[in-house]
Amino acid sequence: MPATTFRIWRGNSDGGALQDYRTEYSEGMVVLDVVHKIQAEQANDLAVRWNCKAGKCGSCSAEVNGKPKLMCMTRMNTLPVDRPVTIQPMQAFPVERDLVTDVSVNYEIKERIRPFKPRPPDHEDGTWKMHQSDVERSQEFRKCIECFLCQDVCHVDRDHHYHLEGRFIGPRFFIHTACLDMHPADTEDRLADLKERDGVGYCNITKCCTVVCPEHIAITDNAIIPLKERVADRFYDPVAKVLRVIGIGGRG
Amino acid sequence: MAGFETRQYDVLVIGAGGAGLRAAIEASAAGVRVGLVCKSLLGKAHTVMAEGGMAAALANVDERDSWQVHFADTLRGGQYLNQWEMAEYHAREAPARVNELEAWGALFDRTREGRILQRNFGGHAYPRLAHVGDRTGLEMIRTLQDHGIHQGMTVHMEVTVTTLLKNGEGIAGAFGYDRNRGRFQVYRAPAVVLATGGLGKAYKITSNSWECTGDGISLAYHAGARLKDMEFVQFHPTGMVWPPSVRGILVTEGVRGEGGVLTNREGRRFMFDHIPDLYKELVADDPEEGWRYVTGDRDARRPPELLTRDHVARMILAEVKAGRGSPHGGAFLDIAWIKDRVPKGAEHIKRKLPSMYHQFQQLAGLDITEEPMEVGPTTHYAMGGVQVASDSQMTNVPGLFAAGECATGLHGANRLGGNSLSDLIVFGKRAGEYAARYAKANGPPTIPEARLDEAAREALAPFDRDDTGEGPFQIQQALQELMQDCVGIIRTEAELDRALGALTDLRERADRVGVDGNREWNSGWHTALDLVPLLTVSEAIAVTARERTESRGAHTRDDYPDKDPAWGKVNLVIEKGEDGLMRVVREEIPPLPRELARIIKEQG
Repeated sequence: MPATTFRIWRGNSDGGALQDYRTEYSEGMVVLDVVHKIQAEQANDLAVRWNCKAGKCGSCSAEVNGKPKLMCMTRMNTLPVDRPVTIQPMQAFPVERDLVTDVSVNYEIKERIRPFKPRPPDHEDGTWKMHQSDVERSQEFRKCIECFLCQDVCHVDRDHHYHLEGRFIGPRFFIHTACLDMHPADTEDRLADLKERDGVGYCNITKCCTVVCPEHIAITDNAIIPLKERVADRFYDPVAKVLRVIGIGGRG
Repeated sequence: MAGFETRQYDVLVIGAGGAGLRAAIEASAAGVRVGLVCKSLLGKAHTVMAEGGMAAALANVDERDSWQVHFADTLRGGQYLNQWEMAEYHAREAPARVNELEAWGALFDRTREGRILQRNFGGHAYPRLAHVGDRTGLEMIRTLQDHGIHQGMTVHMEVTVTTLLKNGEGIAGAFGYDRNRGRFQVYRAPAVVLATGGLGKAYKITSNSWECTGDGISLAYHAGARLKDMEFVQFHPTGMVWPPSVRGILVTEGVRGEGGVLTNREGRRFMFDHIPDLYKELVADDPEEGWRYVTGDRDARRPPELLTRDHVARMILAEVKAGRGSPHGGAFLDIAWIKDRVPKGAEHIKRKLPSMYHQFQQLAGLDITEEPMEVGPTTHYAMGGVQVASDSQMTNVPGLFAAGECATGLHGANRLGGNSLSDLIVFGKRAGEYAARYAKANGPPTIPEARLDEAAREALAPFDRDDTGEGPFQIQQALQELMQDCVGIIRTEAELDRALGALTDLRERADRVGVDGNREWNSGWHTALDLVPLLTVSEAIAVTARERTESRGAHTRDDYPDKDPAWGKVNLVIEKGEDGLMRVVREEIPPLPRELARIIKEQG
């Protein structure tokens, strides 16, 4: 079996450093397998968060050679092994220990977003008439596994920490908002929140979030840009404003 | 209580997959204080892995479907060992529970008329599974999570419960630790709902994640609750077999529901070679009729790939044993062939099975629209678990409830695909409702202080042996290999005896397990503590598997290959004896009431 060096960040909120572990790996192994191997053989107390190991739960997010990745979906044969493979925790969140970060802010952000508020059901059994073409836009966003890699890579989070200060909800929650907004049965209005509280204006469409999304959701094009357009139509379009005043505009 | 973080709730729910979330929502709706404890982050529970769909007789696709047909299918699949009252509640209530998810924001795939679309699955007479592509579990958990967080419950993430607390006969709460700091947590509650899921991690090859160590089953057993049907472990026929590091990861039955076929090394569609008697009239005569079935021809009968999971798993294993398996010891599952039959075939496959497409693309470097997958059986689901009352989901311990995979009764000897997700929401709701009712009738309990100190001592013991003890990962691995080799799909008395002997040794080794480091995020320590439930459930499986001297459903005995009518009348129940040892009791299955028996008869 080939062997290489894995440079893993060890430490906690007080600080830490990269440590080298040399180990063998076999064909088809993913980075998470290697981390587990090191954990079982060399460092029983190495902290790593994971669950499904199939790219479905979004728990094992980390930065592999500096790139935000799910460790369970990063195969060894996609990485150069002539130099050490570096594995670090996500940088946009406070570290708990080793590769584990405190992602609780994401749960707090979601609770603040106005929940689904449906119109009265269309059918007696409490369901709605919705066609496949009506639900497909939101279904794309509902593929999100909440790995928070998009939050990690976004410079508004990563460099400015606006997500931790309550000024910016980040890409994950723009798609959550877009998902609710584009739900065919939803009636809630979230545009003022987006503009005033959620910081949709801070996004300058560099599409880094889209690039790292393991579910290949077109976060920027299909969620954030439409939300920005709706906010612009509502709050910044003078013609729409006049129409609203004289009573013939929609809710924007 | 000094040294422990203590919280008080009316209802404490342990586990935040589909059943736990649904129970917590229901209890919150009843106006009581609800605490929800989960071993991982919220929304990551094993429910997200469910792919195919949730079974409910909505009759949106085929109006001939009804709760009666669903009920009969469930009992036939379970080989009539099911707790029939649960099967009736389940079949009757599943449609309302699915519709309720839509009201909470779920977006299922749609029919042409704009209704919830339903797909075919093994053992179901009609297209019955509400689904979203092949990520239905994610849709369920996210819907329940996003609805639940606004219902007033308090969520404690990344907390593992190590023991239940009692006051006399009744339940009084739970004791555990948080992963982050390793601090002990005490929850006082007059009603506790166990919703901890499965036990797949007792085996080497499994579709289950690290969390599935049988916690709820073990917690209940050690608290005096009874377990039932533990010998029935479902081996899903189609797990990935290559590369080695992903062995066991699930390949959804939805692949076969969309027309995927199983072939051996010689290219033969071997599932046609043997059809069990119970299903003889229900299976297509030839591949052509099978294809017509999966494409919606109502007069056609199902292809043999859509027989129950136990049968398909054994058939694959037989091909491998006969030397006709795929290169890495499985069978071929081919969905690419439907490109000849469906316009824009590759796009169709990607739209219907997006997760499978990505899973194979990324983990095996294989394009399922071009090549067949290699698949083989993987430990998937525990039909057995904590015995509960059908209506309330309460155990024999007052105030202790269980729902979902850790409970038992609905599935009998074998679960039908799609009946698990519906199980979670039907019985999660019932457990939450009755737990809230129980809590209102019973005030806050007191907990004997000495019990907490004892629980803390037990949990910290591995640290006392940091120099002398054996590592926890080695013991866990030995256990998984033992269960895989001796208590797997095909069982014999000799191997089960060997397993029981080896389990005694493993328990002694586990008593000497040692870990070093500190209590923060210490995987070694967590693994050491998980050995307790793993060993408990493993023993329960082995003991009952040895006792049941017949082959039925998911339980196959090489030395007793036939179904024995006498065994069809009893469930095996396990309880902890006065001496602390496991006892097996045979419990008669009550006869079906006349109207349900009539339904079974009418449905053939």
